[in-house]
Amino acid sequence: MNNHINIALIPLLPLASFVILGLFGRKYIKTFSGVIGVGSLLISALLSLQTAYQYFFVDGKLNGVYQKVIAFKYTWLSFSDSVSIDMGALLDPISVMMLVLVTFVSLMVHIFSLGYMKGEERYSTYYAFLGLFTFSMLGLVLSTNIFQIYMFWELVGVSSFLLIGYYFDKPSAVAASKKAFIVTRFADLGFLIGILVLSFQAHTLDFQTLIDTLSKPQTIGSFMGVSILTWGLTLVFMGGAGKSAMFPLHIWLPDAMEGPTPVSALIHAATMVVAGVYLVARLFPVFSVDEAALTIVTYVGLISALFAAVIACTQTDIKRVLAYSTMSQIGYMMFALGVSKYNGEEGLGFMGSMFHLFTHAFFKSLLFLCAGAVIHLVHSNEMKDMGGLRKYMPLTNAAFLIACLAIAGVPPFAGFFSKEEILLAAFHSNKLVYGVALFTSGLTAFYMFRLYFSIFWNKEAHLHGEHHGEGSFAMKLPLVLLAILSVGAGFIPFASFVTADGAALETHIDYAFSAAPVFFGVTGILLAAYLYKTENARPQNIANTFGGLYQSAYKKFYIDEIYLFITKKIVFNCIGRPAAWIDKNIINGTINLFGNTTVKLSESVKTIQSGKVQSYALYFISGALLLAALIIYAL
Amino acid sequence: MSQIPLTHILFLSTALFFIGVYGLLTRRNMITMLMAIELILNSVNINFIAFNKYLYPEKLNGIFFSIFIITIAAAEAAVAIAIIINLYRSHHSVDAEDASELKY
Repeated sequence: MNNHINIALIPLLPLASFVILGLFGRKYIKTFSGVIGVGSLLISALLSLQTAYQYFFVDGKLNGVYQKVIAFKYTWLSFSDSVSIDMGALLDPISVMMLVLVTFVSLMVHIFSLGYMKGEERYSTYYAFLGLFTFSMLGLVLSTNIFQIYMFWELVGVSSFLLIGYYFDKPSAVAASKKAFIVTRFADLGFLIGILVLSFQAHTLDFQTLIDTLSKPQTIGSFMGVSILTWGLTLVFMGGAGKSAMFPLHIWLPDAMEGPTPVSALIHAATMVVAGVYLVARLFPVFSVDEAALTIVTYVGLISALFAAVIACTQTDIKRVLAYSTMSQIGYMMFALGVSKYNGEEGLGFMGSMFHLFTHAFFKSLLFLCAGAVIHLVHSNEMKDMGGLRKYMPLTNAAFLIACLAIAGVPPFAGFFSKEEILLAAFHSNKLVYGVALFTSGLTAFYMFRLYFSIFWNKEAHLHGEHHGEGSFAMKLPLVLLAILSVGAGFIPFASFVTADGAALETHIDYAFSAAPVFFGVTGILLAAYLYKTENARPQNIANTFGGLYQSAYKKFYIDEIYLFITKKIVFNCIGRPAAWIDKNIINGTINLFGNTTVKLSESVKTIQSGKVQSYALYFISGALLLAALIIYAL
Repeated sequence: MSQIPLTHILFLSTALFFIGVYGLLTRRNMITMLMAIELILNSVNINFIAFNKYLYPEKLNGIFFSIFIITIAAAEAAVAIAIIINLYRSHHSVDAEDASELKY
């Protein structure tokens, strides 16, 4: 490939936008900030489309198998001949797919924000942060080196932190951003150790070499009865699970909804949270030789999918419902990877996972943007403040309905196809996983339509006075484009482009097999319609019947409380307090002792400097006499 | 004629030196202090001349030195009096105790 410059420009343009807006935005070009952000992203998106076309249709294939191409690579830090940290761009089906996805969704969010964030005090700062995020995410996706991915991994964490805490005068937003940062940092500790373990085994940090070395069958040591490879992969997966909000490291994601809604659409629905899935997919050849690590991935994904779906049924804040839904869908992607194998037909799970990642990004960011439009109108996140909005926002209503149908897996919307592949892969490998996944897909349909009916139907709307309807053209355009993709993305013959081993995969829709998921989905929808289409007492009755279960799901199964108990009661008292005591008394005490002694000494000698010339003369003469006496008598 | 022994002269210069030191430390009037300093310098001059005369009569080093000291003393007196005048202008006093602002 000879279009290195183009590929380098894809991440660098958002970076340029970040630098320009960050340095000059607030003072000089405030009103143009949005235009600069959108412009740079538009070029980036076009370049990545061109790159994707070039890769998938012109020169990516060799003997029918998509190759890994290193577009460019610079050695940044060289430790030894084999160990170095490089910065570069690696093109393979998943990274090119992610490239298109990230730039496109980011572009949509940039455009949407033109309307949504209009008139904000820190408008240009917002666009600067978005640019930083997009740059970091693209760098992460293109990484050639496991250390490069780690660096960009932290950068997306930082930009997520900045954007969650965008409304920094709101205490809840500050708390949420801190929580997100600390939880993901904690997970990244595992990631870093995992990187060190893996690269120690493979003697390299380079992805390609690392994967080649570790995916060969080999004898490798073990630690505490578990092979070192499993340890390394599990620790790396811990980082991925933190970023992707997998149980039990998911607690930051619902709180992250404090950020502006377009940010939630970009970072906490479509791109950053799937970084964990991407990481596992990137290292998939290594994961696929290690049964134990894959089992962990499967069950963590499965538990998260079910767990989040149950919670989502009870939440009343619309963005939180969407957050739990995101977590549930990422759980799908994870266990799909977990049940997959590397080669040929058995790599269906991998392909399904990537397919779902692709389609999910569209309909989930669409859901978030619609929620943004709704919140823009009613100025509240709570379901009880909504209802009957279909008359006020027909376009949003239609887009939201399409996205809900897509996520519920109703044919022919995008989610149907991708979920189908995942369920098929699960069916072939593990019946338990299949059963839970099927049930979860029913739940998904139920809570999404609960959300839909509560916002757009249910009771009559009671909007008072002036309202601005659905907002400007900038807010409508992304909804339309994303809605089109939510319908159409499923028809892309994804299996012929993105597979685990690069070779095209034959897939076909098996109608007999589809019957069950579609049945579950439709049941969920009908149930939601029965309960929520008009205002009635049934939901309350059901909640009362389930009493304890409903309460604990509503309280998110007390996971936050457990964390607080562990951190506040145990870590605080057993580690924090002793450490604080040592710091306060021993370390501070020593320093204070030195300081106080010096102060006291100088207090006592300072009277010598009296300002009286004659006393100085007296000291001088006494000194001279003393010296004279010494010289005469002592020497 | 019998010479005055060296010790007598050294005794004189020592007495002069300590009278000067006493004056410097006890007088508060700066002009008197300046005069006390002159006494000290002169006691040194006497020493120089006496040692020159008694130990190295064929040389003139000590004499030159004392002339040098007299010159310096003149210059020093000029500077000191200038300082005293300036002090008088700002403090309306030539008392050393009254100018003690430069302390801790």
